[in-house]
Amino acid sequence: MTASISRRRFLAASAAASGSLVVGFHVPLSGVASAQGTPSPEVNAWVVVHPDDTVVVRIARSEMGQGTLTGLAQLVAEELECDWSNVRTEYPTPGQNLARKRVWGSFSTGGSRGIRDSHEYVRKGGAAARMMLVKAAADQWKVPEAECVAAKGVVTHRPTGRSASYGRLAPAASRLPLPTDVPLKDPKDWTIAGKRVARLDTVDKTTGAQRYGIDLRPPGMLNAAIRDCPVFGGKVKRVDEAAAMRRPGVRKVVRVGDSAVAVIADTWWHAKTALDALPIEWDEGPDAGASSAKFADVMKAGLDAPDAAVGNRVGDARAAIAAAPRRLEAVYSYPHQNHATMEPMNATARWTPERCEVWTPTQNGEAALAAAAEASGLPLERCEVYKMLLGGGFGRRGAVHDWVRQAVAIAKEMPGVPVKLVWSREEDMQHGRFHPVTQCRLAAGLDAQGNVTALHMRISGQSILAGVFPQNVRDGRDPVVFQGLNPPGPESSIGYTFPALLIDHAMRNPHVPPGFWRGVNLNQNTIYLECFLDEVAHATGRDPLALRRALMANHPKHLAVLNAAAERAGWGKPAPAGVHRGLAQAMGFGSYVAACAEVSVTQDGRLRIHRIVAATDPGHAVNPQQIEAQVEGSFAYGLSAALYGECTVRDGRIEQANFDTYRILRMNEMPRVETIVMPSGGFWGGVGEPTIAVAAPAVLNAIFAATGKRIRELPLKNHSLKRA
Amino acid sequence: MARLTVNGKVLDVEAEPDTPLLWVLREQLGLTGTKYGCGIAQCGSCTVHIDGAAVRSCVRPVSTVGPGEKIVTIEGLSPTGSHPVQKAWSALDVPQCGYCQSGMIMAAASLLASTPDPSDADIDAAMTNLCRCGTYNRVRAAIKAAARGDAKAAGLSILHADGSTT
Repeated sequence: MTASISRRRFLAASAAASGSLVVGFHVPLSGVASAQGTPSPEVNAWVVVHPDDTVVVRIARSEMGQGTLTGLAQLVAEELECDWSNVRTEYPTPGQNLARKRVWGSFSTGGSRGIRDSHEYVRKGGAAARMMLVKAAADQWKVPEAECVAAKGVVTHRPTGRSASYGRLAPAASRLPLPTDVPLKDPKDWTIAGKRVARLDTVDKTTGAQRYGIDLRPPGMLNAAIRDCPVFGGKVKRVDEAAAMRRPGVRKVVRVGDSAVAVIADTWWHAKTALDALPIEWDEGPDAGASSAKFADVMKAGLDAPDAAVGNRVGDARAAIAAAPRRLEAVYSYPHQNHATMEPMNATARWTPERCEVWTPTQNGEAALAAAAEASGLPLERCEVYKMLLGGGFGRRGAVHDWVRQAVAIAKEMPGVPVKLVWSREEDMQHGRFHPVTQCRLAAGLDAQGNVTALHMRISGQSILAGVFPQNVRDGRDPVVFQGLNPPGPESSIGYTFPALLIDHAMRNPHVPPGFWRGVNLNQNTIYLECFLDEVAHATGRDPLALRRALMANHPKHLAVLNAAAERAGWGKPAPAGVHRGLAQAMGFGSYVAACAEVSVTQDGRLRIHRIVAATDPGHAVNPQQIEAQVEGSFAYGLSAALYGECTVRDGRIEQANFDTYRILRMNEMPRVETIVMPSGGFWGGVGEPTIAVAAPAVLNAIFAATGKRIRELPLKNHSLKRA
Repeated sequence: MARLTVNGKVLDVEAEPDTPLLWVLREQLGLTGTKYGCGIAQCGSCTVHIDGAAVRSCVRPVSTVGPGEKIVTIEGLSPTGSHPVQKAWSALDVPQCGYCQSGMIMAAASLLASTPDPSDADIDAAMTNLCRCGTYNRVRAAIKAAARGDAKAAGLSILHADGSTT
């Protein structure tokens, strides 16, 4: 039996899944104007107020766990002066955004930019709506606007005490022109933003009611499972469709592009098992012999290559190092990794010769729409994407929408029928867009007192931009490679001043497709620099904190978070017996972060990470308790990478296939995390990513303190910490 | 054909005997709160209760579940979110993306039913579910809060829309 879900329930479920909890849902799905009730007029693009005073805040960025939905709603509500308990949210669609001249701006949700890139215009959206509601009241009462105040969703005429709720004023307000001069509050006057507000999307995530893309079940839907050539760049040579057609529930076997085969069936389990049983012969292409070991040699050669793109240069570091009385050198490396979102890639598509619609979890609805349009063969305006809540994103669901293209290609084989494509975990693990692989040689010149007089970091290896946005690579230079190592600036600057400095990159790209992976290049760059500085400290008999402080005099914000983490952790004071500490700091995604890790390692090499103290200065803290959640989560993600994260290539394909071979941190390994949120004001930094970068180096430096072992090749699982 | 008792209802489903219970729940019965994460019992996103025990339904053939065995999914734990574990989860804002949380909650509810005041070691042993967002510390705090009926003790300081704090 199949539980029947009516069209209306599907639409309502889509509405709930897309973040809208509003009753009079009015964003059209499938051309149906509203599931129930009549639409309420919008005050402006950001704000809809229903007659019952429910306030719907439109959110353009995607919620994937990072709390952006709540944070952005707080910023709008703050300026709107509404009652927070009445706030709901909904996603506008990318198609609506295009039709309305991109009134909601960018939909891109990556680079920890959800709030920091849109705070000003969303606050103005809220403030403008408030001004229109106040004007509507003043017009109605024929009194000056200046005599009216808005608070908690009510406009009051102060002299007479007359009042009206936003719900009553909204229809009139919606007919007013948009104000042009929209002043914003001083953040010190915030009452909703800046507070430790509970998320808006929690309850449904505790009852199973929250719908993700993978949960969609529109009437008449079929399911698809897919297998792409295991070797990147390979093709399908031969497939025995008849073998799959004999299996239960199978409707069709289709080729997807020249590299993949999909089975369409009544259930996904039927599709998946038929695909598993399907003999496919591959033409594995030119990279069938590629391996991680071979590519490591290519990167190693790049460490000495004469040509390299420069990311940061002060003076003549090479000459200074050559002339230094003492030199220190080390080579580090960082592997490919999969994002491994808990919800595998999926999309539901319905295609007809007139229209193509896609429901999918995406970090960038507009990019998903562009991918859908391209795959559908239809113009953009005949396509639409409905964003579903994401079961994790971490960068996988933003820049490249390979699964959307596949879903549309499959749906084209079944015109008019919604087809849900779900990747198996194995497909997801082996067809990711992987964290780039790099090596780095660091060389320091030291004077007679052990001061660093020059530093050269030569990075060799993969460029994300070359694989994802090659048009942004100029003259072989990928600027994103230098995250966290850049000259002073607002995005991702190095926190130290060296008399001479050279940071350069020899681009070497393997055939494994790269992607933006939570934390991006800040991850390995921070390991390289922070672990090497720890090496310098130990080699010169300095305290690692003192050495850093001496280099950070010109970088007070970097230093402030480092000091805060070190002091709270008790740096310089005795740790519990057997416990050793390590430090790291970084600046990226506009924020300053630091961590002090406490670890112990038994004689036989068992590592325990007991406690991490972390400090974050994001400029403005829109929701401190959500920042704490992001910092805690960053350690889970960053420590998974440090301990286990590695995708290896053999015979041209990724060897790891599931969580048994691609381990991630479990609860018993998670350290206690103490978070210091210390917003210093004056700038807006992101919080979803930067802290990942300090997780590994803080722990690696603590491991050195505990064992004397310096781990320079990640992940840790490949090393023994056992002492002789 | 298989007869199952799910969330208190006796239901007949059409499925090949080796179909994992997970896919019967999700595709035949429309109970999509139980999630697919790995298919090999590694991640725990598919955790349900069978006669109170936490079971990874992605590797449990439907034919091995007897008609009298009581299956409870996240939807059956309490549809209104009033189970003490769900309440603690909400009070402490545990979920991030939320995808693994049905499995986490089912595992925690089973643990607390057998071990009403679990130690950290008990929690470590029972809660082997994977969470990629990294909610582990809040999961631990919420289990302790649910055990003691006191979310404030977790000290997280969260303002709720109804004006309450935890």
